[in-house]
Amino acid sequence: MNRFAFLLDRLAYEPRRNAKIRLIADYFRETPDPERGWALAALTGALSFRHAKPGLIRGLIMERTDPVLFDLSYDYVGDLAETVALMWPGETRANRAPVLSEIVEGLTSTAKLDLPKRLAHWLDALDEVGRWALLKLITGSLRIGASARLAKTAVAALGDHKPDDVELVWPGLQPPYEELFAWVEGRGEKPFALDPAPFRPPMLAHPLEDADYRLFDPAAFVAEWKWDGIRVQASAGKDAEGRQVARLWSRSGEDVSGTFPDLIEALTFEGSIDGELLVLRDGKVQSFNVLQQRLNRKSVTPKLLAEFPVHIRAYDLLVEGDEDLRELPFDVRRKRLEAFVAREDNPRLDLSQMVPFDDWDGLAAARLDPASAGAGDDSAAVEGLMVKRRDSPYVVGRPKGLWFKWKHDPMTVDAVMMYAQRGHGKRSSFYSDYTFGLWTEDEEGVRLVPVGKAYFGFTDEELVELDRFVRKNTVNRFGPVREVTHTEAIGLVLEVAFEGIARSTRHKSGVAMRFPRIARIRWDKPPHEADRLESLEALIEAKESA
Amino acid sequence: MRPEDLLCPTPRGLYCPPADAFIDPMRPVERAFVTHGHADHARPGNDAVMATPETLAIMAARYGEEFCKTRQPAAYGERTVVNGVTVSFHPAGHVLGAAQILLEWKGFRAVVSGDYKRAHDPTAADFEVVPCDLFVTEATFGLPVFRHPDAADEVSKLLDSVALFPDRAHLVGAYSLGKAQRLMKLLRLAGWDRPIHLHGAMVRVTEAYEALGIDLGETIRVEPAARPKLAGAIVLCPPSALRELWARKFPDPVTAAASGWMRIRARARQSGVELPLVVSDHADWDDLRRTILDTGAQEIWVTHGEEDALVHWCGTSGLKAKPLRLVGYGDEGEAEETPAEAAEAP
Repeated sequence: MNRFAFLLDRLAYEPRRNAKIRLIADYFRETPDPERGWALAALTGALSFRHAKPGLIRGLIMERTDPVLFDLSYDYVGDLAETVALMWPGETRANRAPVLSEIVEGLTSTAKLDLPKRLAHWLDALDEVGRWALLKLITGSLRIGASARLAKTAVAALGDHKPDDVELVWPGLQPPYEELFAWVEGRGEKPFALDPAPFRPPMLAHPLEDADYRLFDPAAFVAEWKWDGIRVQASAGKDAEGRQVARLWSRSGEDVSGTFPDLIEALTFEGSIDGELLVLRDGKVQSFNVLQQRLNRKSVTPKLLAEFPVHIRAYDLLVEGDEDLRELPFDVRRKRLEAFVAREDNPRLDLSQMVPFDDWDGLAAARLDPASAGAGDDSAAVEGLMVKRRDSPYVVGRPKGLWFKWKHDPMTVDAVMMYAQRGHGKRSSFYSDYTFGLWTEDEEGVRLVPVGKAYFGFTDEELVELDRFVRKNTVNRFGPVREVTHTEAIGLVLEVAFEGIARSTRHKSGVAMRFPRIARIRWDKPPHEADRLESLEALIEAKESA
Repeated sequence: MRPEDLLCPTPRGLYCPPADAFIDPMRPVERAFVTHGHADHARPGNDAVMATPETLAIMAARYGEEFCKTRQPAAYGERTVVNGVTVSFHPAGHVLGAAQILLEWKGFRAVVSGDYKRAHDPTAADFEVVPCDLFVTEATFGLPVFRHPDAADEVSKLLDSVALFPDRAHLVGAYSLGKAQRLMKLLRLAGWDRPIHLHGAMVRVTEAYEALGIDLGETIRVEPAARPKLAGAIVLCPPSALRELWARKFPDPVTAAASGWMRIRARARQSGVELPLVVSDHADWDDLRRTILDTGAQEIWVTHGEEDALVHWCGTSGLKAKPLRLVGYGDEGEAEETPAEAAEAP
């Protein structure tokens, strides 16, 4: 465990990607099986323990510290594992620290009732860094700036392989990955990919900068709508026994099939589609706000399935049957996709519509008015355009110069900061989550009503200033929440940018913003000049009447 | 009498009505008692300033000789009566010259700690426990997650890294007053006998330390043109300089920082630090609690930092405590630099 903890510790402070890969590869080289395999599982998020959950950790620390002091510390540190590792009454009584495989085995096989004692025993035996690493394993997210992709890249670096080679065999593998290490080190056969519906890392786009696109030849590009849903990959195929297997993957490779059983059932093809998950009612695309009501539900009820039917709008075809199409140019893949969707004739699957254009001005006009450029009734769910080179292969990651996203300009509103809370992760210990409000007038008089929360959009330097403003202008404390001065004369105006606005019964103000973030800090503007709630309501009405 | 008759918080700082004096005032006043030389505690422009001779010398070095009209030096332990209040300064262990201020009046004893630490520091007098009725304590690291390790071990980490990467310059962010000189001394004690390179903002204070009898070995001010040649060197600079263009001209620099905040991973990563060194000039959680108990005070006022946790702990230990919520004293940090020094890039 100490070696693995040391690796995580080094990774957490190493900013350079190549140096991270080197650190991981060195660790794999120097560490025997199965230790390194468990480490790889931890780095790729492949470990999950049925009984060892954050609640268990909280229980242990509550028995050993004052709950108020724990809460204050956790609020400050912003990370459960780290807080407990630092607060743990450190007594190293054991004469040896547990190794990683022993911990993984123990976390998997120990009965639920005996687990607290076992975990406490390990925590006593480990030092601070070891405790932190162990608790990180249990809480699941390592937050050390090393993705699964990075770990697989390090595995590939052990031999003469490409990261994608590892990606392709990955779905058929189980920790501790002994056959994988044997293969990359040239001691064994290539493992057989058993999964007929694997995740293939998606191709991503760069924002289109105003200055560059006019330099491109419009004839070399095509455009399609960028839909405001969830980017997904639908993969399906037959397993060794000939049974149909279908999976829905998120952009980051998370298996989200469980949330969409209705859609999974409909994936009867063999292949892999890149597309947008949308709620369609009577053929009409619903807003992201509607889609969101289908997400984040603990149980997927028949009622939910009926009210929020999900569909895939296909952008691209990655695999058809057992043929990998990703090296082919977009134009060719698009032809194959059109034929594929037509042949499937599946009510849950349709084709992303292309937006024809002759020159960039024409495309800019379509972007400003999707309704008259072909999106029709669905234009409210369009968040901009995707612009793709006709000859672009499907490349993993965010390659330069091939795909561009040209989003709508965000809406903005000048709001007043009302409350602040400390952030987590990267923003830990700074007051970085802000509740902001707009002016309204009712029987209680003129007052601010909270309309949303934003916690990004500012630079690190601005965060330091915002944090200082919060500390110096606190007028009230409610647990971790600080209320800051927000009178008509004194307070801080924040220009908030957002992508959409909808009515909401969950918010006191009756409106909900989508994707709000701080566009600018208006140190220059007195709070009474901030916007009124009616300005948001007017935006909703304008949208509804359109 | 009530403790508030002797000391009360005001927007200008802690005020002592019978002595008609402010302790570490935020804005210029007629009479100031100053605990130590950090910029958030010692500000220029007051009429009369009473402080230890070392603190007065440091203020003169940072602000110029005209930083106040009259200086009243008070050596550690010396008792002076000001308008009927007996005032004395006692070592706080924070930086050279740092003092706790004891006010005695009508049989009541109040101690204002300023900033303090209990760990030994070869560049400052060791903290002295001063028994009192009211103890005004800082709480910069007033949370149980803060336990500072031995500073000498942290300095070994730096030396290990220098040995491991002899081709890279090691840039260490450290506050110009106190932390930087403590690091230099610890490096010398650990056997580092090569010159230590200093960012321009640190030169004046370091010279003041030398003049006050603290031997720090050979130091060299970093000249812009010399930066690319400093492979394998140890360079000290203010934490803010780590993020500036200035820092990028060194050969493949390793970014280190010496601060109590480095114990929290996210804080280290927020400032882009690759080599965090947990070296603090403030008391950690254990020492804050120990000190409160050692003073025997029945009433505790908690100022700048994480007041809530310490006030809560006092309550569970049967001590009367309240947070002062004084605004203006920095987290260990930014405010400890003077604007003139921060501007003094080499």
